[in-house]
Amino acid sequence: MNGLQPDARLHAVLAARGRPPRVGALSNTMAFGWRALLKIKHVPEQLFDAIITPVMFTVLFTYIFGGALAGTPRQYLQFLLPGIMVQTVVFATMYTGITLNTDLSKGIYDRFRSLPIWNLSPIVGAMFGDFLRYTLSSAIVVVVGIVLGFRPASGLFGILAAMVLLNVCAFGFGWVFTTLGLALRTPGSVMTFSWLFLMPLTFASNVFVDSSTMPGWLRAFVEVNPVALLVTALRGILSDTASWSQIGQALIAPALVTAVLAPVALVLYKRKK
Amino acid sequence: MSHPEFAIESEGLVKHFGKTKAVNGVDLRVRAGTVYGVLGPNGAGKTTTVRMLATLIAPDAGRATVLGHDLVREGDALRRRISLTGQYASVDEDLTGRENLMLLAKLQGFRGIDVKRRADDLLEAFDLTDAATKQAKDYSGGMRRRLDIAASLVVVPDLLFLDEPTTGLDPRSRNQVWGIVRALVNDGTTVLLTTQYLDEADELAARIAVIDHGTVIAEGTSAELKASVGSGTLHVNLRDPAHRERAGQLLTERLGVVAHFETDPAALSLQVSDTARAAEALAELPRANIPVAGFSLGQPSLDEVFFALTGQTAENKEENKERAQ
Repeated sequence: MNGLQPDARLHAVLAARGRPPRVGALSNTMAFGWRALLKIKHVPEQLFDAIITPVMFTVLFTYIFGGALAGTPRQYLQFLLPGIMVQTVVFATMYTGITLNTDLSKGIYDRFRSLPIWNLSPIVGAMFGDFLRYTLSSAIVVVVGIVLGFRPASGLFGILAAMVLLNVCAFGFGWVFTTLGLALRTPGSVMTFSWLFLMPLTFASNVFVDSSTMPGWLRAFVEVNPVALLVTALRGILSDTASWSQIGQALIAPALVTAVLAPVALVLYKRKK
Repeated sequence: MSHPEFAIESEGLVKHFGKTKAVNGVDLRVRAGTVYGVLGPNGAGKTTTVRMLATLIAPDAGRATVLGHDLVREGDALRRRISLTGQYASVDEDLTGRENLMLLAKLQGFRGIDVKRRADDLLEAFDLTDAATKQAKDYSGGMRRRLDIAASLVVVPDLLFLDEPTTGLDPRSRNQVWGIVRALVNDGTTVLLTTQYLDEADELAARIAVIDHGTVIAEGTSAELKASVGSGTLHVNLRDPAHRERAGQLLTERLGVVAHFETDPAALSLQVSDTARAAEALAELPRANIPVAGFSLGQPSLDEVFFALTGQTAENKEENKERAQ
């Protein structure tokens, strides 16, 4: 349209009426996933913690606890690494809520809400975008682990399978933080509440040590702790001893959380002023 | 009924936030294919009204038909035909101008090459081609506003809500936005625009609703609103400010209304209902040795209308509100 007068160009875009056929929920969600990727491209700093945290956790915990708990750090690493993968990714899911809460306070959500699209697609799309963070974090844990001497019995296939299970469960847990992000007023309060959930779930677990030496009441909690169940499944997959029941147990909590909280999130999102 | 006469018909729309009645019974009738101005100071309920009509929040009471659709029951169908440019830039600041438009094109069903083509056409029409690959946060106020409006036109809506489209813009950007609004209406879109600028409503809107405290306190064309205040205002500029007191007395005697002393020490004005008597009274001034530098007899400005309706000027109201906060 070069060469036209400004008014004529304006008229030309305004005259192009007619709406393309409505697109489905999946397509909407993919478009918002694309938005999440673009945001990572333009604000790469947001990946900083997704890169640094796994390196720090893996190196620190291996050398702090390794000698005392398993004789050598290298031996401890075989036990610890699946746990650190889970801990890193579970911590990362918290950012879903904080990012959403910040995002919601901006005018752009008014536009999204006034569009003829699937209501929840902005949120689910952002959660899909988080897969990149989770994959990056867990891949870094594995690479650092291998450098330090981690040798999974199940090889590359096991690592990939572990990462897929981790991503699926992280998506499920993500609904907790999405709901908090929608329900609370400020990113700061989302963070505070998120830690209240995450601290007991990640530390009162089998991430760092086997639960057999814990007192009975704590062991009872660890046995039903969804984070611990996920760690058990990952240990199984990476040591090539996983059973379907282990994997099934790891998936119960994320599935339940999704079934309960996705509708809650939808209601909260619709009510949000 | 695919082309109803009225794009918007609302009756008694109410929205409360806690104990605050943000909107307290708004009735509007917006003729299709026109610009309708909703005029009022900050906090009058303009934005809440727009957000209800654009399906963002549900009204607590009242009903409305927008483009023939029931606002509450047919929100989904309605969203396919309306667009909203909110008061605060509703673009993603981290994304570039082109990416913002491409995202909205994808969401609304454009595919493949058409996504980028539509984005680029809009960028060009809104004079943003040079800034296509810049992040929106680096845009100037005027550019951001244009991108915001372009984003509402990825699919050209039948009804566009513009919430204070020129607040904070410099005069040049404001003129550009006005040009866009006129072009839109020419091409058949109905525009509902809120503003706190009286000249903006005067300039663009075929009809105007004046809103204060969540209700419509006056409605009509700009000329009707002005006429409701009186036939017009006589402005007189004197050669010598020292004569103003005497001139005021004389004109008040002849016309039976109070003279208003303006900020300019040589200027005064009176609301007049009878132009012939005003002309006679004016002729008395030189006879009483009060030289007149100039005078005008015109319709009242919307500012004066607002003053007459609410007892305060729009600007004063702003200040009072700020002080109260």
